[in-house]
Amino acid sequence: MFERLRAMLMKEFLELRRDRWAIFRLVVPLLIQVIVYGYAATFTVNRVSTAVLDLDRSQASRSLVSHFVATGRFDVVDVADRQEQITRDIDSGKAALAIIIHAGFAQYLYDGKTAPLLVVVDGTNSNTALIALGYVGQIVAQFQAEEMAKAWPAQSGAAPATVAVSLQERPWFNPGLEDRWFFIPGVLGTLTLVQVINLTSFAVVREREMGTLEQIMVSPIRPIEFILGKTLPFFLIGLADVVLVMGLGVWWFDVPFVGSPLVMLLGSSLFLLGALGLGLLVSTFSRTQQQAFALNFFLINPIFILSGFAFPIAAMPRVLQWTTFLNPLRYFLVVVRAVFLKGVGVAFLWPEFAAMTALGAGLLALSVLRFHKSLD
Amino acid sequence: MTVPPDDPAIRAQGLVRSFGPVQAVRGVSLEVRRGEIFGLVGPDGAGKTTIMRMLAGVLRPDAGEIDLGGIDVVAEPERARAELSYMPQRFGLYEDLTVGENIFFYGELFRVPHAQRRARSGQLLEAAGLAPFRRRLAGQLSGGMKQKLGLVCALIHTPRVLLLDEPTTGVDPVSRREFWAILYDLRDSGVTILLSTAYMDEAERCSRLALLHAGLVRTCDTPSGLKRAMAGALVAVVAGDPRAVHAALAGAPGVLGRLLMGDRVHVRVDDSDRRVPELRALLAGRGIADAAFTAIEPGIEDVFVALLGPEEAA
Repeated sequence: MFERLRAMLMKEFLELRRDRWAIFRLVVPLLIQVIVYGYAATFTVNRVSTAVLDLDRSQASRSLVSHFVATGRFDVVDVADRQEQITRDIDSGKAALAIIIHAGFAQYLYDGKTAPLLVVVDGTNSNTALIALGYVGQIVAQFQAEEMAKAWPAQSGAAPATVAVSLQERPWFNPGLEDRWFFIPGVLGTLTLVQVINLTSFAVVREREMGTLEQIMVSPIRPIEFILGKTLPFFLIGLADVVLVMGLGVWWFDVPFVGSPLVMLLGSSLFLLGALGLGLLVSTFSRTQQQAFALNFFLINPIFILSGFAFPIAAMPRVLQWTTFLNPLRYFLVVVRAVFLKGVGVAFLWPEFAAMTALGAGLLALSVLRFHKSLD
Repeated sequence: MTVPPDDPAIRAQGLVRSFGPVQAVRGVSLEVRRGEIFGLVGPDGAGKTTIMRMLAGVLRPDAGEIDLGGIDVVAEPERARAELSYMPQRFGLYEDLTVGENIFFYGELFRVPHAQRRARSGQLLEAAGLAPFRRRLAGQLSGGMKQKLGLVCALIHTPRVLLLDEPTTGVDPVSRREFWAILYDLRDSGVTILLSTAYMDEAERCSRLALLHAGLVRTCDTPSGLKRAMAGALVAVVAGDPRAVHAALAGAPGVLGRLLMGDRVHVRVDDSDRRVPELRALLAGRGIADAAFTAIEPGIEDVFVALLGPEEAA
């Protein structure tokens, strides 16, 4: 058993060494993707192009506009003097948001009545629109509080008609709510999964295409020895991927790593079992590398979307939520984010560990069974 | 081994195998004697590869038994594989490994001891004329050289039985001759060889042949035995327009079969002394006066056609 496995492993590494571009293909796309995610993937909305139509032209209205500008989130690209101009700005895409202050805004404010303020937002990108509207709400609330303080100075004794509730936000584990802290650990799981599924399925299917699979199978090698010889190198490459992305995240993007490297290693190993199982499973359904490529493509997108990487699982329809239980990435993302940012250990993460073990074992067993059949 | 020496090397009985609705092999029994070169001959789709793969223990038969010198191949394929070597139509070489590395890898898989492997690979490479190319990548070899390297890899563990599935398909005539020289050497050293081929000239080189058609063995004998058993006599008719001869002889009395062969037509007749003058007259009546009749020895192809009829043998 051991000699034949060693023969397989030696052959795999010899082939890998002979392939001059292997290191390039393994490392460079990974680095590029981590860097792209690190810099470009962000939910923060900055410098929203904004058009302003101030029909009130009062001190209060000017003060409100300057509140917007002061945050740095809004760029005033046009100061309009007619409603049509605003419509044109939004239609042409020159502005994504418009603030329209009607005449009498200041008067309403000082009379203690509700002062109308119209904010128009380009909803074609609903995500940006929602986030920008959130900022608008915060700015207006702050403006309102300041104006009230001016109108009813504390010394006057006349209490304001409303009760002010001040919300103190204190996000745990990510005090600055940095998107990067959320994305980099997620990228780690996703990229490793894609890399390992692709490598494993292509490597096995290539042997099938070249006829070497049949040739090896007429030697006294057992299928399990072949499978081990074929998957162990990719297990190691998968672990190297994890280390590489972790290093980049921690040293380049300053994502804190507060957990235990051992917990991370255990979690990654269990996750890789599932990834290898999926890769093998794909290989048993594919006669050619093109088929494997198509199948991987078909598989990886749903795995990504149903993982909780970017879209919260709790918000999905019930049936889709159930399917996420079969997704190894779902559990690994929980583990990675928890180990990176919360520093919790097996005591908290055991359900994820158990799920990944069960999934990995199930997928591997299924693929080994299918592999036997696919030899006929 | 405790098996008596006159026992067959391979004995297969009642092999059946289907792929979905297609019955590829429909009850094949074979006996291959020790130290012979046994040929499976038949058109594409006759079931040659399926039989080979079942004998090699890579494909389970739906029914039937295979005995390889005392080993039950169906029950213990792993044990059988240590004794035999199977070379599929295209030997699976690692094209990004060198000739030497490919041999080394297959030697490791069969756990051939290092000293023995070195001696044997040197000897085999020499015999195959591959010794100067030890360091060349397998992917850069010519088709014939690849096939010979496949044979070297298949022989590295000194198998007692060698199964070759159309080993010389797509190989140039010179390489083919060299390949056969290696096979004869192997046979002389006591290796039993079973090979399949679609080339009739290659079939003639085998010690015994099984003619396969549609998943069944139609007949099995030595090449000369097969020819003797063929009914009737064979006459070659050479004429300016062999197609016209072929057409004119359709349904003529006493004609058992016709086969167009380049510039001539092989005609099988029940009695050549009686029929040749008749046929000459018939052709003359159709305006073919230049036809020359010669009695010939049948080839395996003629036997095959006689057995199956020209349409099916094609």
